[in-house]
Amino acid sequence: MGGSWPGRGQDPGFRAHRTELRVVRFENVGLRYGLGPEILRDLSFLIPAHSFQFLTGPSGAGKTSLLRLLFLSLRPTRGLVNLFGQDVSLLGKEQVADLRKRIGIVLQDFRLLDHMTTYENVALPFRVMGREESSYRREVIDLLRWVGLGERMDALPPILSGGEKQRAAIARAVISRPQLLLADEPTGSVDPTLGRRLLRLFIELNRSGTAVVIATHDITLMEQYDARRLVLHHGRLHIYE
Amino acid sequence: MSRVDEHRPLVDLGNERPQVPATARIMSPIVPRASISGRALVAVVAIMTFLASITTGAVLLVSASAAEWQSDVASEITIQVRPLAGRDVERDTAAVVEAVRGQAGIIEVRPFSREESAKLLEPWLGTGLSLDQLPVPRVIVARVQPGTALDLVGLRARVTRIAPSVSVDDHRAWIERMRSMTGATVFAGIGILVLVIIATIISVSFATRGAMAANRPIVEVLHFVGAGDAYIANRFLRHFLRLGLEGGVIGGGAAMLAFGFSESIAGWFSGTPVGDQFSALLGTFSLRPSGYLVLAIQAVAIAAITAWAARRTLLATLDDID
Repeated sequence: MGGSWPGRGQDPGFRAHRTELRVVRFENVGLRYGLGPEILRDLSFLIPAHSFQFLTGPSGAGKTSLLRLLFLSLRPTRGLVNLFGQDVSLLGKEQVADLRKRIGIVLQDFRLLDHMTTYENVALPFRVMGREESSYRREVIDLLRWVGLGERMDALPPILSGGEKQRAAIARAVISRPQLLLADEPTGSVDPTLGRRLLRLFIELNRSGTAVVIATHDITLMEQYDARRLVLHHGRLHIYE
Repeated sequence: MSRVDEHRPLVDLGNERPQVPATARIMSPIVPRASISGRALVAVVAIMTFLASITTGAVLLVSASAAEWQSDVASEITIQVRPLAGRDVERDTAAVVEAVRGQAGIIEVRPFSREESAKLLEPWLGTGLSLDQLPVPRVIVARVQPGTALDLVGLRARVTRIAPSVSVDDHRAWIERMRSMTGATVFAGIGILVLVIIATIISVSFATRGAMAANRPIVEVLHFVGAGDAYIANRFLRHFLRLGLEGGVIGGGAAMLAFGFSESIAGWFSGTPVGDQFSALLGTFSLRPSGYLVLAIQAVAIAAITAWAARRTLLATLDDID
């Protein structure tokens, strides 16, 4: 438990094997905004491949900041962040963009493009990859049906409800089967039944190989699935395996 | 790094699985066309292209006319035989004409008659005057074989021996002045073109920054789904290239029409002092086909400059956004 991870100081063969299995490695990472106080302190942890974890903690504990560090939209003030075996401080912009293609993210404000239909928003990662529409049409339609947006495929985001936007954002994050999924309060705007359905989607995605990190306050959601818990408190991380 | 299993379906809908339409969906552009204030930019590029085309066309006209004048003037020499006390100007003139005819490289010699010489003085002295008592020089115009080096010094020495009051003018000073004037016109034209291009780049850069600021949420989402700067810049660039081409076609087309109709417009003013001065300076006021080609190439070049300026600003702005 606590802020350390198992296997430190082990033999090189073990370390190489471990590198293959981990998606994220943080070592003594700290973050402050401007000249303010350090809001994340000495974070050291691993996120193994295929793992499932909830990230929780009181409001203002730094969950969203940690997710942004994991998504490379923030750089740490100190410490080492290693994603997919690469030290992110050494990466150029195009390499960061390539890494982000392996990460899916669901933000609290959804970030859907208002001029695109729900279908087009969900298919956006495939478009950016340069794939033909015919190659992903079936997958996008199936996923939209699964998240309950089958009848809203051609609707524009401004006329979707909060819950519908959230589901569209989740569908967009998972459609390309990222190796790491980061979700910030993904069930915050949906009813418990739909919340359970979305959790099943994340579990299914995890079973197919994606490491999942769900930031949530929702105790009921966490009780539905026995998973590792990363608890942020006063800027420090406590891990409950 | 282990890979995600991409063959297994992400979700299983069982019997609920719907039919997927066979036809491709029409996808919205990633950057909405309406979000870029296109009309103002098209107008700016059109005006800039029009000004650049008019400048280039005028420079081409002046250069072509000047080249014609120069070749006309350079292929002629003018000899004046001034009357001198104790000498017969008619006999001197005839002797000089003979001497010039015998000079290698001269293909035609035409002495002006007394009446023709008097006519040359009409603009200054008016008509109806008797020139018998005035020492009016006689003018001889000789045409030089184009491309031959005329021995002007030898010719001058020979005709001076025949008639001491003779002067030979090959118009070199005039041609030099013409060259300087043409050079100055071309230089001024290039200066105006450079200013127009700089103004275009500045306008396009402002328009691009505005468009990027308006589309910042789109840029952020594209970053989230793993789009690189080059991909995002290219999505915006298409719009700017299209806007640049639209402006270029409008401005360049208007300038071409202006030159196309200028011949007929010049015809309306022929006979007036202004019209005559213009036609003396610029000839028929019509561009050659190669001139139109230059204007078309220039319009495309301005569209390309628009796209280049947009791309440069886009990449700089994307650096700020990330």
